[in-house]
Amino acid sequence: METKNELYKYCLRLGDDALILGHRLSELCSKAPFLEEDLALTNISLDMIGRAQAFLKYASELSDNFITEDDIAYRRPENEYYNHLITEQPNGDFAHTIVRQFFVSVFEYHFFEALTKSKDKSLAAIASKTVKEVKYHMEHATDWVVRLGDGTEESHRRMQIAIEDLWMYTGEFFEMDYVDDILLSAGIAVDKSLIKEKWMKEIIKPLEEATLILPAYTHMQTGSKKGIHTECLGHILSEMQYLQRAYPDAKW
Amino acid sequence: MKTTNDTQFDLWEVFIQSKPGLPHIHAGNVHASDAKMALQNARDTYTRRGEGTSIWVVPSANIRASNPDDHEMLFDPSNEKMFRHPTFYTMPEGAKNI
Amino acid sequence: MHNEHTDQHFQLRIDTEGHIEPRDYMPEGYRKHLIRQISQHAHSEVIGMQPEGNWITRAPSLRAKQILLAKIQDEGGHGLYLYSAAETLGISREEMIEQLHSGKAKYSNIFNYPALNWADIGAIGWLVDGAAIVNQVSLQRTSYGPYSRAMVRICKEESFHQRQGYEIMAKMMNGTKEQKEMAQDAMNRWWWPALMMFGPHDKDSPHTGDAVKWKIKRESNDTLRQKFIDKTVQQAELIGLKIPDNDIKWNEKTEHYDHGEIDWNEFHRVIKGNGPCNKQRMDHHIKYHNEGAWVREAAAAYKTKKLKKEELVIG
Repeated sequence: METKNELYKYCLRLGDDALILGHRLSELCSKAPFLEEDLALTNISLDMIGRAQAFLKYASELSDNFITEDDIAYRRPENEYYNHLITEQPNGDFAHTIVRQFFVSVFEYHFFEALTKSKDKSLAAIASKTVKEVKYHMEHATDWVVRLGDGTEESHRRMQIAIEDLWMYTGEFFEMDYVDDILLSAGIAVDKSLIKEKWMKEIIKPLEEATLILPAYTHMQTGSKKGIHTECLGHILSEMQYLQRAYPDAKW
Repeated sequence: MKTTNDTQFDLWEVFIQSKPGLPHIHAGNVHASDAKMALQNARDTYTRRGEGTSIWVVPSANIRASNPDDHEMLFDPSNEKMFRHPTFYTMPEGAKNI
Repeated sequence: MHNEHTDQHFQLRIDTEGHIEPRDYMPEGYRKHLIRQISQHAHSEVIGMQPEGNWITRAPSLRAKQILLAKIQDEGGHGLYLYSAAETLGISREEMIEQLHSGKAKYSNIFNYPALNWADIGAIGWLVDGAAIVNQVSLQRTSYGPYSRAMVRICKEESFHQRQGYEIMAKMMNGTKEQKEMAQDAMNRWWWPALMMFGPHDKDSPHTGDAVKWKIKRESNDTLRQKFIDKTVQQAELIGLKIPDNDIKWNEKTEHYDHGEIDWNEFHRVIKGNGPCNKQRMDHHIKYHNEGAWVREAAAAYKTKKLKKEELVIG
């Protein structure tokens, strides 16, 4: 397969998004505003870590099983992680958690819907499973955006701050580089330029209903495609990879 | 006296259908501020192991229950009506498909 | 309502293995006992999320991370079922949380111990859940319908909890020298607190009398503790773990394991609030409960607004 290297990298990107955001959500276990929401956030986290495992396992297969999915997750340095910067941002208050999930899930819904048509059967299969999960994540987050935006003065204020804080990380969703281009011409990857409009339309509606507005600034942060991250990721990995790195000979 | 509007929301009764064609059976409760949230909470609480194909939620306040003191009045009379049960009837020897 | 006739009728129903349902007559003592026991049980599930939660972000494989997360989520779910069962007795979840925060309501002592290394996750699943299951299996036959139904569901879901814990222990005992040391260290720290989970000896247990008469509690503390010890010793030996009790030995006559005396001073010290993590556990719960207040208020406010809008539309 000529596109094997690109496909490997593509899997890492998709796996890393799911792993890092799944990890962030897992930090919230026992910290949600009420018990039912604790279970809901954990379900989303579990979906995402399961998805990460699927993509990283596929990456492992592409390496001819030279490394396992756990090696990929637990032994890789920060600058070889390719998750979108938004996924590594801290949970903050519940408004930040929800706005982050809202931006990501709406994007992922359209992305994975398109990926189900990939010529790569394995990617298409993972995408079909994922799109169902993500649809629920999107609904859950959207409902909260409306409730909190149109709830109390305080919840409105917090939501508006979260949008201001996180908006700068949404530009990355639609970036295409050589990996995307090569795989796109092979019919494997998703053309993200086609998703942008749908995404925008879909986020505007609940935001308007919630009386929330998008920030005035237009500058977008970038870097994850090259492995350049915010300061957050290093801390996530030093925690996540602690046992594997402290006891390299141990099997868990 | 409460000084804030803080609550744990309303209580809802959750009914889960485990397979299409089967009845919805009472699974338990969730707390939620609205019906949509109640459905989502029920899904996240009671179908984590693939237990469900359909969910009903009903505000607990809307459930009307019979009074245990009326037990005899309500339920004992029907114990007498054996003729409602198929085994009450004598069929001729050799009758089939009935 | 309250008269000897109804009390007798109630006890007759209990004696014939009948279930009591929320709207049935029940003596006030029965109701109070249940509220105390079920809410304590619910709080234990919820506070019990914390020690294991301490390792979610450090779980050493993708598989381990998912298992642990799913398990802790189950504990939350079980807390929820139990709060609901208690609510049928006329107490709200809010009140129960208030009682937890004020210290009026207790939770299981075991969660006041820290989870210090990865093998603690194994030990908690294997020993703590193992001990809890012995108790919970027995509680499936408890006389109060909603409590019994919650226990049936919980037992069904918990069947994997103990196994995943034992699997971790077995894996570590099969691993490197450091892993074996971690496993034994966890065993040493969790064994005795796990035995204390069953509560004081029968002769010193203040609530047992009524609870047994009302069939809320189906077996005594000592009986349940002995069941747990008997099944666990063999499991420990199989994977090469040493029980940190020199007096553990099989007794041919009783056909049970004899064991050394439990340190009841420690038990009472931890109950009184002086365990390693009492303050930390409670601070955590209060902190996140308070931090969530604005979210709950917002959802309630949104609902009110929406209802008003609907009323306007309907006119």
